[in-house]
Amino acid sequence: MSAFTLVVARDLRLAWRQGSDAALVLAFFVLAVVLFAFGVGPEPQLLGRIAAGIVWVTALLAALLSLDRLFQGDFEDGSLEALALAPLPLEALVLAKCLAHWLTTGLPLVLVAPLLAALLQLDGAGYLPLVAAMALGTPSLSLVGAVGAALALGARRAGVLLSLLVLPLYIPVLIFGVAAVDQAVAGLAIKPHLLILAAFLVAALPLAPWAAAAALRPALE
Amino acid sequence: MGTPSGFGAALMASSPPLCSDARQPPVTSPPFSPAHFAGNALACRRGDRLVFSGLDFSLADGAALILSGPNGSGKSSLLRVMAGLTPPLRGALTWAGVALGEDPAAHRARLHFIGHLDPVKPVLSVAETLAFWARLGGAARGESRAALERFHLGGLADLPCRFLSAGQRRRLSLARLMASPAPLWLLDEPATSLDDASIEDLLSAIAEHRAAGGMVVVATHHALALGAAETLFLDEFFPRRTP
Repeated sequence: MSAFTLVVARDLRLAWRQGSDAALVLAFFVLAVVLFAFGVGPEPQLLGRIAAGIVWVTALLAALLSLDRLFQGDFEDGSLEALALAPLPLEALVLAKCLAHWLTTGLPLVLVAPLLAALLQLDGAGYLPLVAAMALGTPSLSLVGAVGAALALGARRAGVLLSLLVLPLYIPVLIFGVAAVDQAVAGLAIKPHLLILAAFLVAALPLAPWAAAAALRPALE
Repeated sequence: MGTPSGFGAALMASSPPLCSDARQPPVTSPPFSPAHFAGNALACRRGDRLVFSGLDFSLADGAALILSGPNGSGKSSLLRVMAGLTPPLRGALTWAGVALGEDPAAHRARLHFIGHLDPVKPVLSVAETLAFWARLGGAARGESRAALERFHLGGLADLPCRFLSAGQRRRLSLARLMASPAPLWLLDEPATSLDDASIEDLLSAIAEHRAAGGMVVVATHHALALGAAETLFLDEFFPRRTP
């Protein structure tokens, strides 16, 4: 097993044992969407029209909720220092932690999204594009979020700072993620939107770990 | 591992970059000592305060260095500089004559750093914790078991770490030293919250490591009976006010 898979396996095991973090994110996602349904009222047409937006915005906020623990826990107990001194490059370490973060928070969001979309009366043509767009978009949320989490590391009120740093960067993912579903419901091509989401992911994959590692180094000095 | 080969390797490795990388001070190999790990004219800054300057040290194979000095004199800072976590403000570190900056990954692979904090997760068991760090350090699966016994943690192997006492957590941290091999040990107050028997375990581990040619740097307030160790008094390197 390489050092990369060791770190991923450790983070997955930690998430499984602690449990609460991942469950909290999922519970927040479900509750917030249900709140929208209650707030807008029993108007299936209206709900169906805004369903994609609601699911995406709540997914962004849910992902954000778990981000401040991405490095904080390891930073506080000295694990991050020890991990940074392991033979694994810091960039690879960040990538491993992002992968574990996505598997424990992003993936469950993708899997639950169609159920919540059904609750909001999303048009039948929108389900597959919603899942595809979220599968492509949520890894970017973890990667971009890691940069914010690394920058906010050690700061007081890191959670608030983190949302200010990260939410503006989530806007492109949100726009094209929602547009893909809307286009599908309108009977138009969704491929361009999915391709842009994929391009965003492909760009974030090398850039985000590099930027996050650069932000972590001063924190470890 | 004699002087000539190390010195020659240093010359070969350092001559091409000398011209291209002029901002790095030229690496001057110590004239006589076969030092494996050395620091030259090191200065370190924490925040806006100069902690020490003009500090030299050198370690030969099997040597031990004790860092001594009052609180805030820069013992931990020097260890972090040695580990490569903090870049020195001035000066250079060399390993067998080669500047550390040339291959930071190789340096990380050859050191164990035990800091103030114990990298121990409450929900993982003692054995899982040690196995993770050992395998990350390059040990094979199952190799960490002996290190656990070495620090008398065998009976606690399956216990989640949240039930460990401070001394037991420290022993688990120290067991990482034995679980995967590395020639350089950097220990920051290793004896904190250890009982007498555990300090004996630590000392025998250090002695064994040195007998095998390993190097140890210990920052400590306790009088540890390391045997034939040099002591570096860090307050001697406290920067004087110079114009």
